[in-house]
Amino acid sequence: MSLAAAYRPVSHLELLEAEAIHIMREVAGQFERPVVLFSGGKDSVVMLHLAAKAFAPAPLPFALLHVDTGHNFPEVLDYRDQTVARLGARLVVAHVQDYLDDGRLRERPDGTRNPLQTVPLLDAIAEQRFDAVLGGGRRDEEKARAKERVFSIRDAFGAWDPRRQRPELWELYNGRHAPGEHVRVFPLSNWTELDVWRYIERERIELPSLYYAHEREVFSRNGMWLTAGQWGGPRASEPVQRRLVRYRTVGDMSCTGAVDSDAVDVAAVIREVAASRLTERGATRADDRLSEAAMEDRKKEGYF
Amino acid sequence: MSTIAVAVQQDPPASEDAALPHDLLRFATAGSVDDGKSTLVGRLLHDTKSVLADQLAAVERASRDRGLDAADLALLTDGLRAEREQGITIDVAYRYLSTERRSFVLADTPGHVEYTRNMVTGASTAELALILVDARHGIVEQTRRHLAVTGLLGVRHVAVAVNKMDLVGWDEQVHRRISEEFSSLAAGFGIDDVVAIPVSALHGDNVVDRSAQTPWYAGPTLLEHLEAVPVGGDPTAEPLRLPVQVVIRPRTPEHPDYRGYAGRLAAGVVRIGDRVVVQPGGRTTTVVGIDLPAVGGGVRSVPEAVAPQSVTLRLADDVDVSRGDLISTADAPAGVVRELTGAIAVLSESPVRARARVLVRVGTRVVRGLVEEILDELDLDRLGHHPAGDSLALNAIGRVRIRLAEPVPVDDYRRARHTGGFLLVDEADGATLAAGMAEVRG
Repeated sequence: MSLAAAYRPVSHLELLEAEAIHIMREVAGQFERPVVLFSGGKDSVVMLHLAAKAFAPAPLPFALLHVDTGHNFPEVLDYRDQTVARLGARLVVAHVQDYLDDGRLRERPDGTRNPLQTVPLLDAIAEQRFDAVLGGGRRDEEKARAKERVFSIRDAFGAWDPRRQRPELWELYNGRHAPGEHVRVFPLSNWTELDVWRYIERERIELPSLYYAHEREVFSRNGMWLTAGQWGGPRASEPVQRRLVRYRTVGDMSCTGAVDSDAVDVAAVIREVAASRLTERGATRADDRLSEAAMEDRKKEGYF
Repeated sequence: MSTIAVAVQQDPPASEDAALPHDLLRFATAGSVDDGKSTLVGRLLHDTKSVLADQLAAVERASRDRGLDAADLALLTDGLRAEREQGITIDVAYRYLSTERRSFVLADTPGHVEYTRNMVTGASTAELALILVDARHGIVEQTRRHLAVTGLLGVRHVAVAVNKMDLVGWDEQVHRRISEEFSSLAAGFGIDDVVAIPVSALHGDNVVDRSAQTPWYAGPTLLEHLEAVPVGGDPTAEPLRLPVQVVIRPRTPEHPDYRGYAGRLAAGVVRIGDRVVVQPGGRTTTVVGIDLPAVGGGVRSVPEAVAPQSVTLRLADDVDVSRGDLISTADAPAGVVRELTGAIAVLSESPVRARARVLVRVGTRVVRGLVEEILDELDLDRLGHHPAGDSLALNAIGRVRIRLAEPVPVDDYRRARHTGGFLLVDEADGATLAAGMAEVRG
């Protein structure tokens, strides 16, 4: 067999996979107590799938952490629990509701709970002494994220200081940190939304059902289809209707909107995403519409 | 010999990825202030339909707020509020675009003098550097700096966008003069693949769409060139290098004896039966198993793997291998050194001083080091070396000699980027002080 004939070029998805696995293994090699943020959202699902592959045939060496806003979609929580059980992983859940109940946090006037996740997240990181926290953030999501490092150093307050970030050269990720600091790690930094979906298709990864088109009772607010629920919708002026929709992102029910869609399977979703004229955050996230610098501000406060 | 307890799966059919004819090009941009780099990048994103309606609407809104009558595409790439307020780019930003042929990761680096550090960072992973020149001003001091850094970091391909050609009346002579001067300058830095493209980023000429203004230009548009430039190099021409990241030992009932050495192939090809040496220790052994991530989950055993795949190797003998070791082909191993010489680019506010104690990171290995001597400093303005003082400040580039506490396997950077690049790290706060490029003879 001639050597040259044996090679086909390493494809772009294979490169992204190889890079993400390399990053996961750096985390295992450099940190004592890593944790994967796992919400059941598609990016975190893909990240967890890659983490499992990175160490196979050994079991996953990372714990899982979820910040439950109290407004999560029930089918996503079910999915989360099934996945955790299948992997035999250790799941830590931090509840925003606990903080609201005892007054450490207060509900916002608009009912949105996404910004409230930051304090429970930082507390969980400190209590569990996690030193590396893997997140599914991608640089293509948002302008401030485009400047994020793969290894992003955070102080004891979780704050992201863009001027203090370390330059990252070659494949040399520097995870050295002082006690009390931790490092956020983004193995999917270089993936786009379409890459994530193509990988889900290639790997036949199962997702929570609401990523695919289904009929649902929704109402319109700020140009998005929101799901009726205990979190505070709809108002009297917001008529409920039954529509064929799917979710492009999955977060807090109060600020994550569905889009009209008839994409019932992965192939259809890929066609839809490829043809979409809106970014996933622009289409479905109220919290990112607040201002031009909304994400920059939340990241500085320790948000993911 | 260790037993292999992994089910051998079939390779995935070639069609699985053949359905995606995509490969990936990483490139970095550099331009001087006001060359129109942000506009060019914005234009590239816009004309490849990589900008979606809500992003464009935000830019149009912001442009109107500033009293501009057309959308300022530069606003697409200004990420942080600090930058928008000051109208500057302060850091490397990563952008993504994709065409039928190829996906691209663009490291967008600012061109100010004081941000050499960002260009070094962007160029370290780039296979192509896109350098902007303002047609009205031609080659300027910054252009020389950009080329010097590009050459130093070993970027093989350079595209020069001769921008603002509309402001010089699309004069062929202007383009030709800049193109020739640029090529000869680039050759001086060891860069021989240079393509010069006359463009107007503002109007979109020759960026994605071919311009009617340049009948005298027969070369590719910028995007055509980015789609055509070869990527990856030939792994069969390089000796095998695998920096070991972690040892995989399941110790489960299904895999009681599995022991694999996991890492990303930094260079070359590995095949079952290969004789390898574990460096710096020097024990030789044979590769008996190669595991790759399997489509759908788990691993699959394969007869060979190629850089830059992430792999797990199983070895014949019970050799002592741990994180930080380098598995190399026994025929052509890396050098093992107690003293490291090479050029460094200083990346931190605190200078690198002679006699400083630092941590040195090469591949996955971290050892203590002592900066024994600063040999010289590169004068980026006059492009010569001058004798060094006893420190190198932020953005300075100079050659140093570092004594290492333990032997370290390292390659010459010019031959092997991933095993010849190194970091100097501050032991106290963990900051990355400098990036280095090793010189190894032999």
